[in-house]
Amino acid sequence: MNQTQQILFDEPGPRARRRIRIATVLGAILLAGAAVGAVYQFASHGELTAARWEPFTTWPIWRYLLNGLWATVRAAAATAVLSATLGLLLALGRLSTHRPLRWLAGAYVEIFRTVPTLLLIYVTLFALPQYGMNFPLFWKLVVPLVVSNSAAFAEIFRAGILALDRGQTEAGLAVGLRRGQVMALVVLPQALLQLTPSLVSQLVGLLKDTSLGFVVSYTELLYSGQVLSSYTHLLIQTFLVVALIYLVVNASLSKFARVLQARNGRFGGRRGRRTADLPPPLIEGNSTR
Amino acid sequence: MDALTAHLSELGHGLVTTVELTVVTTVGAMLLGIVVATLRIAPVPLLRAIGTAYVEVFQNLPLLALLVLFVFALPTIGITFPLFTSAAIVIAVYEGAYLAEAIRAGINTVGVGQAEAARAIGLTFGQSLRHVILPQGLRAVIQPIGNICIALLMNTSLAAAVGVVELTQAANTVNLIEAQPIAVFTGAGLAYMLLALIIGQVTGLLERRLAIVR
Repeated sequence: MNQTQQILFDEPGPRARRRIRIATVLGAILLAGAAVGAVYQFASHGELTAARWEPFTTWPIWRYLLNGLWATVRAAAATAVLSATLGLLLALGRLSTHRPLRWLAGAYVEIFRTVPTLLLIYVTLFALPQYGMNFPLFWKLVVPLVVSNSAAFAEIFRAGILALDRGQTEAGLAVGLRRGQVMALVVLPQALLQLTPSLVSQLVGLLKDTSLGFVVSYTELLYSGQVLSSYTHLLIQTFLVVALIYLVVNASLSKFARVLQARNGRFGGRRGRRTADLPPPLIEGNSTR
Repeated sequence: MDALTAHLSELGHGLVTTVELTVVTTVGAMLLGIVVATLRIAPVPLLRAIGTAYVEVFQNLPLLALLVLFVFALPTIGITFPLFTSAAIVIAVYEGAYLAEAIRAGINTVGVGQAEAARAIGLTFGQSLRHVILPQGLRAVIQPIGNICIALLMNTSLAAAVGVVELTQAANTVNLIEAQPIAVFTGAGLAYMLLALIIGQVTGLLERRLAIVR
């Protein structure tokens, strides 16, 4: 980020500093104007009175919303585990030497990457019950999410595996490992380490997807907000609080992904490959990365 | 199959709405993305903070929560738009955050020397951005932008959840009447795949035409 900032402008001189000050003041005025406008809109419709916000300082309301959050987390966790596993299998299938397997996995990924999740939810809600597949509510949300997210996970895993230097596979084969062993012992451990930031980012996307519980009437966070607001008639207050909860949870996860990115996917200080300790490559510019 | 042909006009209207929504929001999100990416690299710290906050907020909120907030909750403080417009605004604002990040990644690929050369011949921040940085930066990220457009196409289906009758909603309605889920939902799925394929082909074409081989 620092680098970008520096390529577009130099250390500001006196004139540039003055312009920056003017732009700052103008920006601040605009922001303040927007804030005043928002407060005015709230106030003129009587949505700012203490009575309409007070319920959100009471424990029963928060307990209800936190229950919703807990349901969101459970749905997200189930989706994450299942779709990451399925995604890894699909990625391995797409990279396998077995042609029908490659074709099948490829078709699955290409289809479910371009079909909206909501359409899949409608299929589980309205189509599958006709064929005797009437899941419990939780699975009506999780199954379609797994189907579409596993395609996304497959692409992440495949990209990570392909990004690894080919020499790693070749070296593994050269010392006499079989293909499966090379994948399990050499390629995957390294690729997964590199991929942890992308996987955590995908987790944010998946957690956002669970808000489709709103359509399924599974009481995750967003639908809890809907139920709550229909009892209390505090529409905008409830949905703003719900949005805030989503923001806090997801922003923390995104922050975690960035920290991982900066640390090259390492959780602790010791584990993982320490690139700094590796000897310099003999031939420069031979790496695919 | 009969279910599809008997309701061709409903499904056709849905498809047209989906395409309209996709085109309108893509244009809006692209403009927003360029503005926000510019804010994030501006020399003014406050503007950078605004750009960062925008991306943080809209990448971390579920689109459906935003749609519900905008369509059901904002009318209580007197802000009302037609349904299609509301959906278009929300999706454009949401996808704008993703496009801003893609565009910023593109700007990062432009060599430092290019920006320095632009400054050396006396271009201002805006001029160097418009004539030197963006034309090169955007070309570097045509493929990622195409992927975001495909995600946008799929996200337009969420407008169904707040009542916009686009392809997903039309398919659902037709299925409720005809009770032939396999034909109807497969048809809708194929239509989405076709649209995604078109976006993919267009970005591929643009990539071949415009990308700079370094």
